[in-house]
Amino acid sequence: MANLSVDFLDIRLKNPLVLASGVLGTSATLMARCAREGVGAITSKSAGTEARDGHANPVAMAWQGGVINAIGLTNPGCHAEVSVLIESKKQLAPLGVPLFASIFAPTAEAFGEVARVIAEAQPDLIEVNISCPNVASEFGTPFSATAKSAAEVTHHVRRAVDLPISIKLAPNVYNLAEIARAVVAEGANAITAINTVPGMLIDAYAAKPILKNTTGGLSGPAIKPVALRAVWEISQAVDVPIIGTGGIATGIDAAEMIMAGATLVGVGSALVNGGPSVFGKINTKLQEFMRSQGYQDLESMRGLVHRRANGTV
Amino acid sequence: MAQCNQGLMQAFKLQKKVQENEKTTTLWLDGDLENVSPGQFVMAWLPGVGEKPFSLHSAKPLALTICAVGPVSRAICALKPGDTLWIRGPFGNGFSLHGHNHLLVGGGYGAAPLRYLADEALKRGDSVRVCLGAASAKDLMLIDELSKMGASVFVSTDDGSQGVKGLVTAVVLEQIEANKPDCLYACGPTGMLMALWKMCKAHEIAAQLSFEALTRCGIGLCGACELDESLCARLGLAAGWLVCHDGPVAKLNSE
Repeated sequence: MANLSVDFLDIRLKNPLVLASGVLGTSATLMARCAREGVGAITSKSAGTEARDGHANPVAMAWQGGVINAIGLTNPGCHAEVSVLIESKKQLAPLGVPLFASIFAPTAEAFGEVARVIAEAQPDLIEVNISCPNVASEFGTPFSATAKSAAEVTHHVRRAVDLPISIKLAPNVYNLAEIARAVVAEGANAITAINTVPGMLIDAYAAKPILKNTTGGLSGPAIKPVALRAVWEISQAVDVPIIGTGGIATGIDAAEMIMAGATLVGVGSALVNGGPSVFGKINTKLQEFMRSQGYQDLESMRGLVHRRANGTV
Repeated sequence: MAQCNQGLMQAFKLQKKVQENEKTTTLWLDGDLENVSPGQFVMAWLPGVGEKPFSLHSAKPLALTICAVGPVSRAICALKPGDTLWIRGPFGNGFSLHGHNHLLVGGGYGAAPLRYLADEALKRGDSVRVCLGAASAKDLMLIDELSKMGASVFVSTDDGSQGVKGLVTAVVLEQIEANKPDCLYACGPTGMLMALWKMCKAHEIAAQLSFEALTRCGIGLCGACELDESLCARLGLAAGWLVCHDGPVAKLNSE
């Protein structure tokens, strides 16, 4: 049996799958359900400075290429989130599943404050969501847009907490490598890539956008090539581990993401078809693939695309 | 009826409206919904207004029984014949007929999905009894339609303005004791559903309870419709039960 366990920073995971932020990370019971279904680590839904209802319906739907959503960062606020995270950790620990806590904020300074509050819950990692595409009307251009603003947020979070931090980057930039280097220079321990890709759906019969927020973030199969390219580029630019996220729905998808250079693999929209049982299916297929292709462990696949291109393997 | 957006939304035209009671309207649309069963739900969208989940009154042709309780349901109920209503779905699991002696229970606008279920059961030649409860006579609905279809209908109101005075659970208990059904199917307020489950357990009757929840994505991703952990425990469901993905119908075996 191929070995799926993986070391990520100082954390040992049973397998490389991570529940991506924004999907079912709203309660301890839902996170524990995903853990029972075989996910390797859990990312909670992003929490900010204060409680938010998010956008009005329609907020999400499945379309031909995957999912589009503009939930609008619904969350109870970071102070209330701490108790959710403490309870989640309590339920996840016996299952051997680490908890990553996602945060967002309106300013670079506020990111530091939210991180400090969330650190009370002692998550295994704080994921810094600087790339939500659905709140620009309130918060302005996402901090992921430039190396300078991304570095500034990282700086404040790094000063605020000793916990490992991962910065979640957006795909829709032309200087991803530069941004990755900038956040790592400010002390990011890992990078999560990518967030959803901005998009919109229009109903021709209504002659109107379908999402209440007009635009949203694309996820699912349509964005897998975008995510692979981003992870491939970032992994050449920096030495920190990458949580590769975007359109991963099968074991083969996961293998591709690892070959692009990811250490962990985020899974979110894939739950749209079978719910949390998708984690077990991805793991099974990944193991089958590794066995059939002679890979003993994940390390032997990681970044293989780069090594092949360099002629080292 | 038009197909649009790669099957994402279907735009239906409103054919006919039937006023069921003071606040509730059945909207008959101009096409069928395929591959659907009673108890499943659709998301109905009015551009610029919003989108909400509704159960089905009928699939062929599609009809929704909607109680005007908020801005979206009020706007949908105010549509005129010829207007367009956008539908995506069906979603969720729906009821599945179990045995041949069926007891259906609707609390308030929870009666909405029962006509379609009763219709499927009666088409099989099964016995269908329906208990409908509401606060007052003006909140009752579908009594005549269900009777005409061939179901036996029993009614209660909290204020006694029609049928037996009191909660519908008393009427249900009477029916269970008179003739034990193979399965009880219910839709309505959570308190009513939990009381019925207690009754079903005591009488060893299988139950299919349809829960209502704040529905955001409708596709099992956002977590908004998670059923409260303590309710899951009382129902014997694993914690983290999602109304839109695992339900809306909880299928419970009393044994």
